[in-house]
Formats: sequence, C-alpha cells, structure tokens
Amino acid sequence: MPNTPFAEMQGISKSFSGNQVLKSVNFSVDKGEVHALVGENGAGKSTLIKILTGIHKRDEGAVRINGKEVHFSHPKEAEQQGIMVIHQELNIIPHLTVTENMFLGKNIAYGKTGILNTKEMRKQCKANLERLGVSTIDPDDIAGDLSVGKQQMIEIARAVSTNAELIVMDEPTAALTDREIDSLFEVIQSLRKNGVAVIYISHRMEEIFRICDRITVLRDGEYIGTKNVTDVDFDGIVKMMVGRELGERFPERDYTGGDVIFEVKSLARKGLFDDISFSVKEGEILGVAGLMGAGRSEIMETIFGYTHKQNGSIHLNGKELPIKHPSDAIKAGIGFITEDRKSKGLLTDFSIGDNISLTNMKSVSSNGIISANKEHRLIAELMDRLKVKATGATQEAKALSGGNQQKVVIAKWLGIEPKLLILDEPTRGVDVGAKKEIYNIMNELTKNGVAIIMVSSDLPEVLGVSDRIMVIYEGRIANIFDRDQADQENIMTAAAGGE
Amino acid sequence: MNWKANLFKDFSKLGPLIGLIIMVIFLGFMSDAFFTLDNILNLLRQISVNALIAFGMTFVILTAGIDLSVGSLLALGSALTAGLLTSGMDPMLAVLLGLLIGLGLGAINGLIITKGKVAPFIATLATMTVYRGATLVYTDGMPVTGLSDSFAFEMIGGGYVFGIPFPVILMLAVFLILFFVLKKTVFGRQVYAVGGNEEVSVLSGIKADRVKIWVYSLTGMLSVLAGLILTSRLNSAQPTAGEMFELDAIAAVVIGGTSLMGGRGRITGTLIGALIIGVIDNGLNLMNVSSFYQQIVKGGVILLAVLLDRKSNK
Repeated sequence: MPNTPFAEMQGISKSFSGNQVLKSVNFSVDKGEVHALVGENGAGKSTLIKILTGIHKRDEGAVRINGKEVHFSHPKEAEQQGIMVIHQELNIIPHLTVTENMFLGKNIAYGKTGILNTKEMRKQCKANLERLGVSTIDPDDIAGDLSVGKQQMIEIARAVSTNAELIVMDEPTAALTDREIDSLFEVIQSLRKNGVAVIYISHRMEEIFRICDRITVLRDGEYIGTKNVTDVDFDGIVKMMVGRELGERFPERDYTGGDVIFEVKSLARKGLFDDISFSVKEGEILGVAGLMGAGRSEIMETIFGYTHKQNGSIHLNGKELPIKHPSDAIKAGIGFITEDRKSKGLLTDFSIGDNISLTNMKSVSSNGIISANKEHRLIAELMDRLKVKATGATQEAKALSGGNQQKVVIAKWLGIEPKLLILDEPTRGVDVGAKKEIYNIMNELTKNGVAIIMVSSDLPEVLGVSDRIMVIYEGRIANIFDRDQADQENIMTAAAGGE
Repeated sequence: MNWKANLFKDFSKLGPLIGLIIMVIFLGFMSDAFFTLDNILNLLRQISVNALIAFGMTFVILTAGIDLSVGSLLALGSALTAGLLTSGMDPMLAVLLGLLIGLGLGAINGLIITKGKVAPFIATLATMTVYRGATLVYTDGMPVTGLSDSFAFEMIGGGYVFGIPFPVILMLAVFLILFFVLKKTVFGRQVYAVGGNEEVSVLSGIKADRVKIWVYSLTGMLSVLAGLILTSRLNSAQPTAGEMFELDAIAAVVIGGTSLMGGRGRITGTLIGALIIGVIDNGLNLMNVSSFYQQIVKGGVILLAVLLDRKSNK
C-alpha cells in the first residue's frame, strides 16, 4: 500500500492487573479497506479496539491516525477523529423514535434556544437512511418495534451521518437475517467506495471471505499475522486462530436410525405458529432452519412449557406430556439450551457451580436440603466432562468467554440426563475451537440415544450437523429434508417461502 | 484476580461488621453505661422486632422485590390476634392463628405481585394502605386491651430464659433457621436464582411465582411475630403500631449489603445491619443526643453503607 494507512497501531501491549492481554500487536487499516479482525474469544480483539477508541490506555506502542500519533483518553476524542464503533450490544433506546435515536446526544436545535428542530432532524434522518439504501424504515417508527436488523441499520446510519472515516463493526450480523446481511454488505461496499475504512469483527468465516480485503489474526493476545483474503482459505485462517489443525469442521456422523422418541402433533399458538407436527428419533439430530422471526424459537419455548400452547400435543416415548411449566418438561427429561445465553441461559453474576446446580437440585438434595458433597461432585464431574476452562467452580459465569459460557449452559442440562435436548443457536458467538467441541458433545450424546433438536441460522452448520432438516417459514413447516436431499439452495428456498 | 483485589473483596464483605465494631468501641469510650450487661440485653431486645421483619425483608429483596406493607401488616395481624385473645381463646392457639393470618396477608401481597403482575413497590404500597385502614376499622382506632393474663403470652415480649430476654432468643432462633434455609436448602437457592434473573430461573424449571409468594408469606408471618412481641410487652395492640417500620427493615437489609437489584446478599449482613441501627439509637440515647440528630446520623450511615458497597462492587 503506497499511502499512509488511516489508522495504524504498532507494538501495542496491555495488561490488566498483571495479566497481559495484548503482546506487541500490530494492526492497520487503510482508507476504503474492509479489514477483518479475527481470533478466538479472549484473543484480545475487543481490548485492541478499546485501545484504538480511547476506552483503555495502552501500556506500550503507538497509535497513529493519518500518520500522526494520538493519545485518546476518552471515546469522544476518537469520535472527533472520525472513529465510530458499532457495538454488538446495540445502543438503541427502544421507546424513542428512529429520528430521536439517530440524533441522540447531538440534537439539532433552533440556534442556541434549546428548542428542537424536529423537522430538520427528521429530514436528515431520512436522508441518512436513504444514503444506505434503506427505505423501509420510517423516521417516526418506534425503534423498539423494529427488527434487530433494522435497529442495526439505524446505528450504521448514525455512524455514517457523522462523516465517520473509520467504522468498527463488532459481530454486526449476529442477529441479522440473510437478507439484512445482504443489504448490510451493500452498505459496506458503498462505504468502501467512499473511502471509509471498516474494521470487521466476526466469527463467521463465510462473511469475512465475502466482504473483507485483509484479515488480521490474534491469538492469546499475540499478533499472528495479516493476510490478503485472496491468499488464504478457511482452514488456513482457522489454523492461525487456534494454532493447530482443527481437522474437519464438523465431526463425522454415523447415525443409522432409531425409534421415534419424541413427537409433536399440530402444535399451535395464535399469530406465531400453526400446525407444527414432527418427530425426532432416538440418537437423531433434527436441524431446524428458517429465517429470523419465522417462529422457530417460539415453537421450542412452547414445547418446553415456557409459553402456553393453544392447540396440539407433545409426546415423549409414546406418552402425552401435559407440559404447563418448564419444570414439567425437565421432569420428563427435556433440556432446553436457549438462544439468548446472557438473558435466558445463564445467571451471569452467579458462579459456574451455582449455574450448573440450578437445574439439578433434585439430584443433589433430599427433602429440600442440599448435600454439599453431592453438589460439588456433580459440578466437578460436569465441568470436567465438558472441559470448561475456568479458574474453578466459584468463578463468575460472566467472566468466561462465550464458548465456555455455552459449555456451562450445556453442563447444566447434561446433569438432568436428558432424553431430548433442544439447542437454540448453540454456537452463536462461540469461537471455532469451542464450536467443534460443542458438535462433539452433541455427537457423543446422540451415540447414547439422546434425541437432539438444533435450531440454527448458520446454514453450513445445519447441513454439517443434522440428520434431518426441518425448515420453518412464517410459523409453518415448509419442508422436512433428509440429510442427503438437503443443500444450501433448497433450504434457503423453503425458508423464503418458495417451492 | 490478584491478592490485593481479593483482600479488598473480603474486607468489603466484612465492611458492615467492621463498622459495627468501630461504633461499639467508640460508644464504649463515650459512655460508661454502654458496656453493661443490662444495656446490651436491652439493646438486643430493642432490635429484635426490627430484625425479625428485616429477616423476611431480606428474602423479599433477594428476589428483587420490596415489601412496604410490613408495618401495616404487623398492626393488622397484632390487632386480630389481640381480638382473638380478648374473646377468650387459648393464648397459644391465638398466637398460632395470628401467625397464620400474617402468612395469609403476606400471601395476598405475593399473589397480587405474581398473578396480577403488579410491581412489588406498587402492590405493597397499596396493601400498606389497605392493611392500615383495615386495622383502624377493626379497632375503631382504639388500642385493643385486656388481652390475657396467660404467662405464656406475657413471655413472648417480656420473658427471660437464663437471663436472656425471650424476644432475643426468638430472634436468634429465627436467624439460625433462615440462615440454614438460605445456605443449605433448595428453596434458598431458588430465592437467589429468581432474584438473579427470573427468566433464566423459570427456564431452568424453577416455579418463580411460587417462590415469590412464599417469600412474601414468610415476611408477613415474621412481621406478625414481631408485632406479637410488641403486643405482649404493652399488653395491648395499638392500631398505629409498626408505622414506618418498613424503612428500618429495608435500612437493615441494605446496610447489611444485600442488593436491591436482587440475587446478592446475606442474612448475616441483615443481622449486623439491624445491630448497627440499634447501636446508633441506643448509643445516641445514652449520649443524650437529641432524636432529631439521631435521624441525620442514621440516614448518613445508610448512605455510607450503600456508597461503600457500590465501590466494592465495581
């Protein structure tokens, strides 16, 4: 690259209370470049970004913007230099309108009167959205009523409207539908054309190969290398990330068929889904594909008794289950790993041990009194079985990486020795190495006869892991494919409502 | 975490206890009357009423709730029990019924909160007014007197066992039971879990509604137990009994380090919190400080406790 990069970080080191999280990391991004920053959870990606944006101070190294060294002490200073971050957790205030959100903290007033010029803000809001090719969002919509994808668009529009020169996107597609991803990528293309630099953080390799120009890999706080996307392939990047060959991305399945163990008959809930009938066999993995909002999670929550069904029946081992509360489902031997780990799966402020025992109170207590011995044994056994990496059972769940958090959630459900395990987006926000471990656990469970339902928006994952694939479209089953009939194309067609 | 952070964390857990010890030593120097057996026992008896209510409040706050109705509930439960006593009912049976009434009034709070999906603050603000009104209606605004000359009933508020006031023994017994419940039982675990994150708890198979109803019922029962100590000592039930008691109870819980957000806290802390409030009242009285100033000191201590707690949790 002939000219100076827009942002350049050189030899960055950082430690927190004696714990070195970044060791002499180099990173740079040019104008008009989309640069992927990848690495397993805990590799130091977010710390690096926080140093770039002035949230953390570097211990060593230099940060240069347009060739000039800078020392940001506050994110506001980075913003003034045109650096914007779109965080994974959106900064949208749900009960305010789109316009109000877009001008949050930088309202336009009539002169210095403090009286808001709503007309002007509305006009600019519309212009900002149109610049991104988004015409389906009305400036007067309440932001909270919009899909996560649209909320994301508001954030991006906000970033673009400030004439940002560098936009950092942290897992921007985690909650987007495929269509929304397409339009996000169009936006990124047009940003690139306008000379804006983009730092793209994601666990999804397909996207990185689709949209990025260069990839920088971090591992355990160390700089591993920077490559042009055209010079590497999936396996090469994964090897850089985990430091070893990972082997096949999905473990071999050798499912040969079994008896039907779980069956759902014409399950319905008004306005969400209707006429849902399917079965799962012993030792089988049923993948559930569909677009975001098709009703997949809602169906699972109803099966589990978290919401009430209005029609239909649920059968396990040929017996109808009267499930009125998750506790009934658990008693019958059904486990449910929810989509949203932080708000529905884990007590984040509680210890790993507390989280694991939560579902296993029955087996570690008698007459309502907990046996500390039994509890410790169970926790130790499950943590060991799932290879949870932690300082110990008393470590708080929120201190763990995404992959390890997910392992804790799985551990808490393995304790009940489930006959049916429902996993909703089990590998979202989980790094490549831990993903493979989760697939291995699923494989091991099914070998022991556990039936698994896996909801996933990651198509390669659905295809790579499932024995059969059920596709949901607008609350109805569009199709159920056998593994050898299914491919990316016919699943997408069914998920989009086509024939 | 390095050892310095660890040490700090440990000390912050002990914070309220250290505060209490410093206060006790200070008052010992300031007043000769403080370190007498009589005064200590008297102090413990004085705090027993607040402590009993605050123990229940700890459970409620651990589930991320609040109960403003405890004072009114205490008055209503006490008045109804007093009514039973004046009707000539066997005192022990009347006490038992009184406690059940407390349980029931608390359960009403719990039902409104869970089944009616009303925020605990609003629900108990409403029942606080209703229970107080009901007390006034029932008593016609007059104290219920002429209760019982039963030795057993007088014992509740005024008795001694091996020289220790009976209310103190009651307080310690309830403390030990509830300590065990929180630490060692499934129910205790569920209380923490529901306060930590209700959605996660329900999805883990915990019947969160049931847990909450029990927690408010427990608080109702303990409030009436506290009320019976007062009733027994005064040998009458006052219609205005328990006014503002909710504030001292919440203060004891908060000083003791239990988070109003739920899920985090200890009942040991609440006992220490109640002791701190008691020591402030008692000590300032001994030092002849005007009760006007006492309020300022008490408020200051609550603020200090919360600020220190916030710092240690950063």
